[in-house]
Amino acid sequence: MLVAVAGGKGGCGKTTLAVNLALSLEGEVQILDCDVEEPNVHLQLDHQQVWEKPVRVPTPSFNPEKCILCGKCSEFCQYNAIAQLPDRLLFFQELCHSCGGCRLVCPAEAIVEVERQVGVVRGCEAEGGNLNLVYGVLNVGEPRPVPVVEAVRAEAWRSGIVIVDAPPGVSCPVVASIRGVDHLLLVAEPTPMGLHDLALIVDTARRLNLKFSVIVNRAGLGREDVKGFCRREGIPVLLEIPYSRRIAELYSQGKPFVKAMPEWADRLREVFKSL
Amino acid sequence: MVRELVVVSGKGGTGKTSIAASLASLASEDFKLSLADCDVEASNLPILLNPEVRGEEKFSGSKLASIDLERCTRCMRCEEECRFDAIRELRVDELACEGCGVCVYVCPAGAVELRDRDSGLLYLSETRYGPLAHARLNPGESNSGKLVALVRHRARQAALERGASLILSDGPPGVGCPAISSITGVDFALVVAEPTLSGLHDLKRILELLSHFRAVKPLIAVNMWDINPEISEEIKAFCMGEGLDLVGMIPFDKMVAEAAAQRKPVVEYAPNGRASLELKKLWREVKTVTGLGG
Repeated sequence: MLVAVAGGKGGCGKTTLAVNLALSLEGEVQILDCDVEEPNVHLQLDHQQVWEKPVRVPTPSFNPEKCILCGKCSEFCQYNAIAQLPDRLLFFQELCHSCGGCRLVCPAEAIVEVERQVGVVRGCEAEGGNLNLVYGVLNVGEPRPVPVVEAVRAEAWRSGIVIVDAPPGVSCPVVASIRGVDHLLLVAEPTPMGLHDLALIVDTARRLNLKFSVIVNRAGLGREDVKGFCRREGIPVLLEIPYSRRIAELYSQGKPFVKAMPEWADRLREVFKSL
Repeated sequence: MVRELVVVSGKGGTGKTSIAASLASLASEDFKLSLADCDVEASNLPILLNPEVRGEEKFSGSKLASIDLERCTRCMRCEEECRFDAIRELRVDELACEGCGVCVYVCPAGAVELRDRDSGLLYLSETRYGPLAHARLNPGESNSGKLVALVRHRARQAALERGASLILSDGPPGVGCPAISSITGVDFALVVAEPTLSGLHDLKRILELLSHFRAVKPLIAVNMWDINPEISEEIKAFCMGEGLDLVGMIPFDKMVAEAAAQRKPVVEYAPNGRASLELKKLWREVKTVTGLGG
């Protein structure tokens, strides 16, 4: 069972929910942190790193001896990653999407592809071996998180329970994180911003044909009618977590709230069972 | 000369938008402003600034492959060469296609073409504080960085047309393409940090990004500092050690959420509240440290 937690809005409680849900479940559980720009799951878990793999993408390498400066590669590149000067080519690696097109169109065989590292994926034993944690880290300065997200998703177990923590937003890294999951849990705050961003992630989930439901976080912090929105849209609301300074303080210290407030582990287990 | 101040944070939900909205209100008393919401995936600044939309334009972030099945000879070269697994059984997966054009190149029958993709809308609006450029990226689309660049460009044009001297923009979370696109070439960056373990971790990554692109020297603000005074102290010490300007420590204040519920900047909704008083101090400090004056 592959369950992802997303939310559109940043800081709405995605990571908190993913971590506390994973800690509440019995049996073999794996948690994948797909927010590779700002990975935070590992900060809330006692863990020990077991392995680390580099994430590499194919990237063109230009041989100036063979290049005939015909301009075909720079003309072909949709991402403007190659600029041709009168006497040489300029390559902007951050703009490259690794499509391999420049190598295909080069008539002089002046382009070969080499591997370039853009991040890492780490595998960890967490919480005394009860939980398997995999998280990715995008190198700072690299603009494209998707290859790292995909490398994290590739580590997902084929059986057992896998919880995915998705990044904020609604664009490509979110799609790469949640694509093909069995169920998507959307976390929403009852604030004007929270409701606005919930509607956007709902559109994203529908575009991907995913099964999804909503968990209201920080209930009481605002008065927006998230439940009314969900009723009109036919989306089940599975749980409300109240706004609590205690939970906020525990979070700030990197302490999952189910450890201090075990009654919530039962509630989260019930939510999972209902999926 | 038009200068540009961007509010960023790395981590989401630290209060960037609430702070940017209050700064818009405060700064509009000192300068003629032009505003930009650079979070094009979850654009929230308009919620607090109540803009009136005056114009919109379509945004096409990339191309999308399209296969003419009548001309297609079923050779499957397009499927074999696509690096993004975007063609399966001759159907193009819109969300996977990155519009690179390899399929067009390898097709021997001329059956594939690239079309402009409908990726979202950009809006030019008016607020009480000045013009606002903002956008909505269609859910699931890529190339949000390109849309951010366009939003900033429109805000700059509006600034030049109106004779505004400051562009104030609200940045996106993260350190990837939209974040990079919103910081390149700005004059000042206000980094909002929250005093949590995650907040501290993400603060360091956004600072690394700012220095990676040799962007400006950042100004730091701690939001909701009293949620965790120890980590707030740690951030303070970190700023001292790194020689960074700490321009404000904003306390947790329920009025911020109340103001958002009323769709107002907190400095207007509760001008004498705890958060508002500190935000006013912060704005004075920003003006001094940056030499903006006003």
